[in-house]
Amino acid sequence: MKPLEILKTAMTNSLRSKLRTFLTILAIFVGAFTLTITNGLGTGISNYIDSQIAAVGSNNSFTVGKTDTSGNPGSGPKKYDASTRVLAAGGRPGSTQLALGQSDLNAIGAIPGITGVTPVTRLNPDYIQWKGHDKYQLTVSPLAGAQPQLAAGTGLDDSGTQPQLILPASYVAPLGFADNNQAVGQDTTIGITDATGTRHPITARITGVEQSALLGGGGAFINKALSTALADAQGTGAPAATKTAWANATATFAPSSAAQINDMKAGLAAAGYTAQTLDDRIGTVKTVINGIIGVLDAFAVIALVAAGFGIVNTLLMSVQERTREIGLMKAMGMGSGSVFALFSTEAAFIGFLGSAIGSAAAIGLGTAVSGALARGPLSDLAGLHILAFAPVPVASVILLVMAIAFVAGTLPAWRAARQNPIDSLRYE
Amino acid sequence: MSVPILSARDLTKTYGRGPDRFDALKGVTLEIDRGDSVAIVGKSGSGKSTLMHLLALLDSPGGGQIHVDGTDAKTLNGRRLNALRNSMFGFVFQQFFLNPASNVLENVVLPLKIAGVGARERRTRGMTVLEQLELTDKARNKAGDLSGGQKQRVVIARALVNNPQVLFADEPTGNLDTATGRIVEDILFDLNANHGITLITVTHDHDLAARFNRRLYIRDGLLITTDEEHAA
Ligand SMILES: Nc1ncnc2c1ncn2[C@@H]1O[C@H](COP(=O)(O)OP(=O)(O)OP(=O)(O)O)[C@@H](O)[C@H]1O
Ligand SMILES: [Mg+2]
Repeated sequence: MKPLEILKTAMTNSLRSKLRTFLTILAIFVGAFTLTITNGLGTGISNYIDSQIAAVGSNNSFTVGKTDTSGNPGSGPKKYDASTRVLAAGGRPGSTQLALGQSDLNAIGAIPGITGVTPVTRLNPDYIQWKGHDKYQLTVSPLAGAQPQLAAGTGLDDSGTQPQLILPASYVAPLGFADNNQAVGQDTTIGITDATGTRHPITARITGVEQSALLGGGGAFINKALSTALADAQGTGAPAATKTAWANATATFAPSSAAQINDMKAGLAAAGYTAQTLDDRIGTVKTVINGIIGVLDAFAVIALVAAGFGIVNTLLMSVQERTREIGLMKAMGMGSGSVFALFSTEAAFIGFLGSAIGSAAAIGLGTAVSGALARGPLSDLAGLHILAFAPVPVASVILLVMAIAFVAGTLPAWRAARQNPIDSLRYE
Repeated sequence: MSVPILSARDLTKTYGRGPDRFDALKGVTLEIDRGDSVAIVGKSGSGKSTLMHLLALLDSPGGGQIHVDGTDAKTLNGRRLNALRNSMFGFVFQQFFLNPASNVLENVVLPLKIAGVGARERRTRGMTVLEQLELTDKARNKAGDLSGGQKQRVVIARALVNNPQVLFADEPTGNLDTATGRIVEDILFDLNANHGITLITVTHDHDLAARFNRRLYIRDGLLITTDEEHAA
């Protein structure tokens, strides 16, 4: 019998006892529905996290600092070394951080694979103001490969000479704008105090408004022109030496494999620097979420295994019901392989129906619910679609269910295949 | 001398075991030549159907040998065996074994479907054989809705559709009235005479048996030389 005929016959056969097939399909439906939903949850949340991570930094850069090798803090004051400089670090009094100088930047840039090194200058502007409205505190950070999710406007021009910033959505109303769109294209004033206590006002243009983000610190992204202007203003009157000491540097590299990234890290570590990618810093969040999704998936698979027994039952009954028919077909020269294929195809077909309908229902319902949630209870987390359905995971769910159904069908199919034609024909 | 298309030596068949053990065939030896027409005659329960099933390779004997065209049936692998069942033999079962939910044409072309013949060719060959048996107008009817005589002809059509060399018919007229039975008999003898099909038929109707070239009498699982009921 030709494979296509087997498929056609299996499909016709599965629809012969409609109620029974329907009930089996229903059981599979529940499993496939659940699995698609949990999968959608996984996709939705990791999409959101990925976009949030991209919003705070680039995946193709390290944050590099000098590794402190001088032993633990309990061992008393450290000996002065004229060749190292330290900066006061945040945290408890006395914590220090080894500073990076120009020679360190050169050393980092020399590590194979690193394409660029930029020192991270801490900019501490005092306020931001728009046209005589109230002044508000502001923290700023350079773009450094981040892809903020914009609610309005466009991204920053990092190569131009015009100072630009992206305003967090939470600043729109306080600064006196009617809405996001009004803010875009407006010039604001950023005040920054220099080393001598003089305040410098710097004009910067808003190019876009950023959605409220999960991981961002609520600061504004600024372009190179603005960051240079702010740094120059802040550095006015400071001794020259402080201008060349930085806590961290950002080292960028071309898109690389995990192994290449590890090689670069090892190179940096050997040279005495500690490097972290964004994933290093945020990876644990993802691990926890993947764990939760995994547990949910496991429940769905349990439901599917239960549905698998439903398939075994349905097919055993239909093998029994069709004993004579099988006998007849074997008497007419149908091979055992074809009989086996016929019944296992039927199982896979039932699995396909159940999973396709289940997945379709899950996608329909999930999209509706997720849309409603995004508009309602979850509207504070802009851009979060709690359920997202990508073609590959959905197709894998359908294939997985078909595989489970196929395996469930093998026992009945094997029973059908090994029957002796005459015994089967005698079956009453 | 040509090789017989079917030959059997010391065929035995035992059903059940222990106290339920029953010897349905106790050593049957026979030879059937190509193009012959043979009637197997015997009382109910004498082992006629059992013998037919063994000869058509649908069941395996307890002992003895069957040669098909000179080849020992035991040496046939699954694929060759299926090919024989599918295209060399046609079998008309005592109980029709039609699929009542499918239509007549679908029932008739089942062997072709199993053989992997394409849909279009199945249709033409199915219609040809239905025409031969005067069932063209019933092709689209559900097999379950036919009269007994019509069903009997559908079953014969199904056995013939793949142009078999040997046609086994187990009581083909047993369920029919005399007139319809006569029509079916004529069809069978026409196939034997004009298409060279070897005809092996079970019957307990002595008038029908008389029309065959040869008669094999069976009693309690053994062939006997004469028709004792008639002779007596
Ligand atoms: N599967 C089986 N299990 C046990 N006994 C069987 C089986 N098949 C046949 N028999 C027995 O074998 C004997 C021969 O059966 P068979 O069907 O060959 O008879 P028959 O000559 O065709 O009879 P009829 O004319 O009634 O069809 C019978 O006594 C029957 O009860
Ligand atoms: Mg019989």
